[in-house]
Amino acid sequence: MTQLTEQQVRHIAQLARLQLTEDEVRRFPQQLTSILQYVDMLKEVDTSAVEATSQVTGLENALREDVPAAAIAQPDALLGCSALPIVGHQIQTPSAH
Amino acid sequence: MPLATITIAQALRKLRMKECSAQELALACIDRIEAMNPTLNAVVHTNFERALEQAKNIDASGGTSLPLGGIPYLAKDVFCEAGVPTTACSNILRNKTYTPPFDSTTTKRLTAAGAISLGKANTDEFTMGSSTETSCYGVTRNPWDVTRVAGGSSGGSAAGVAADMGLFALGTDTGGSIREPSAFCNCTGLRPTYGRTSRFGVMSMASSLDTIGPICKTVEDIALVMNVIAGKDPLDGTTVDKPVPDHTKVLTGNVKGMKIGLPKEYFIEGLNPEIETSVHEAVAILKDLGATITEISLPHSAYATATYYVLCPCEVSSNMARYDGIRFGHTVDKPASLTDYYGRVRSEGFGSEVKRRIMIGTYALSSGYYDAYYRQAQKVRTLIRQDFNTAFRDVDIIAAPVTPNPAFTIGIHDNDPIAMYLEDIFLVGQVMAGIPAMSVPCGFTKTGLPLGLQLMGAQWSEELVLRCAHAYEQATRFFEKKPAL
Repeated sequence: MTQLTEQQVRHIAQLARLQLTEDEVRRFPQQLTSILQYVDMLKEVDTSAVEATSQVTGLENALREDVPAAAIAQPDALLGCSALPIVGHQIQTPSAH
Repeated sequence: MPLATITIAQALRKLRMKECSAQELALACIDRIEAMNPTLNAVVHTNFERALEQAKNIDASGGTSLPLGGIPYLAKDVFCEAGVPTTACSNILRNKTYTPPFDSTTTKRLTAAGAISLGKANTDEFTMGSSTETSCYGVTRNPWDVTRVAGGSSGGSAAGVAADMGLFALGTDTGGSIREPSAFCNCTGLRPTYGRTSRFGVMSMASSLDTIGPICKTVEDIALVMNVIAGKDPLDGTTVDKPVPDHTKVLTGNVKGMKIGLPKEYFIEGLNPEIETSVHEAVAILKDLGATITEISLPHSAYATATYYVLCPCEVSSNMARYDGIRFGHTVDKPASLTDYYGRVRSEGFGSEVKRRIMIGTYALSSGYYDAYYRQAQKVRTLIRQDFNTAFRDVDIIAAPVTPNPAFTIGIHDNDPIAMYLEDIFLVGQVMAGIPAMSVPCGFTKTGLPLGLQLMGAQWSEELVLRCAHAYEQATRFFEKKPAL
């Protein structure tokens, strides 16, 4: 039966770019384990001859003509949503190094 | 009768007969918001000045002849509206008050049709929840009993309509978030067929499951709103190019010969006996009106919630990746590195339920677990969908409870995510199949809490579902009862 440890929870959090508090590191293993144990019931369903469903509308690769149209929002307005400094019409992000 | 209590259909008649003005109607709803919101916490951002300006223009320009000309409404706090704060009730967007520079297709269509947005309705954070308890603004209280939840995630929308703060509200339904709060608040709510309404400009939770729909006072009002918001949108590649009918045309009251199925898997141990009775009574009324009733089986129903709580978190973990503190939202000072920045922004910005779903999704999609969780859930989704397709060969409509319990007490599911997830047990199978489903008022508990009847149809059968719901509603008129606020 699936059982997540604190170490695994820390690893998943790192993958998801979440910094957990010590309280969360204590709470989440049990809560996430209870969810995973609940969904484990899916393993008892025989799906050996079943196709996976990823969409239900019948639409695949919805394409359109590449024609110019009015912009939905202006670049400056979009830049204005950032809390970070704007330098030369670009967002200055924290250094990746 | 106070002006704000009327339905959309009644309001349109009054406005066109010049018995009231759009400004009077908007002000009547604004008065309700100002009077009741301190108690209910249904509305989290208001838009009154612009709304009154719009109303004035509609009055001046004869705009009441538009399909929804002069009708005030609330939009759930995930619908982007240019210049109006839209925060998904999350600290990650609240802290820098995200104000989108563009409109969702749905609010844009409503504005063009003359409807007037009064503000944003409370929701669970990024729509993740069944009670609005995960909102960063705090819980919405149920107008019928303020110690109880209004449901979720569209709890603010349903409570707002029940308390006459708007003539209707927009909600989203990913795993029941329109139907459950509608049932808890004596409202009428429709989750349309996936692909019928545009998701463009609505903050996503699970893109293959999210739908946009109305919460109203009556079925006729649902039809009036669907006439405006349904249809293909070039900006949402998952909308389908099918003609949009006049949904009001089918509201004939006639259900003679309609075949209604009752799925035995929905009448299980743990279902509240008063709810069970109310659904059976509702079906008996439909039978009296000329429908035929048969028991049917949806054999994989017991797996629907588990399927949902794999697929939804997987899609959540992907969709929530965009909240990185760069282009919008929360920020932090003096990060040690970009990774540190992401981690701190997201940890400070997201609440516990969002973090849990991101982590479950990250785990289920990770190498070595993908086939066992995500792939398997997609396959079980196929089986659930086949159950519905098979059932709809024999019946036109499936009738069932909306929830296993009436509105629950605030705080009762704190720290027990599974107990909260099980509130959705009757609401997620339809999501897997992408079919339309609605909640219609079907009575009250002995203690006065509203109950809902769920009616489902095959894909693209909104007209049939609305016809059935309307006939039942007109025979019972539970929607007329108002909470004592």
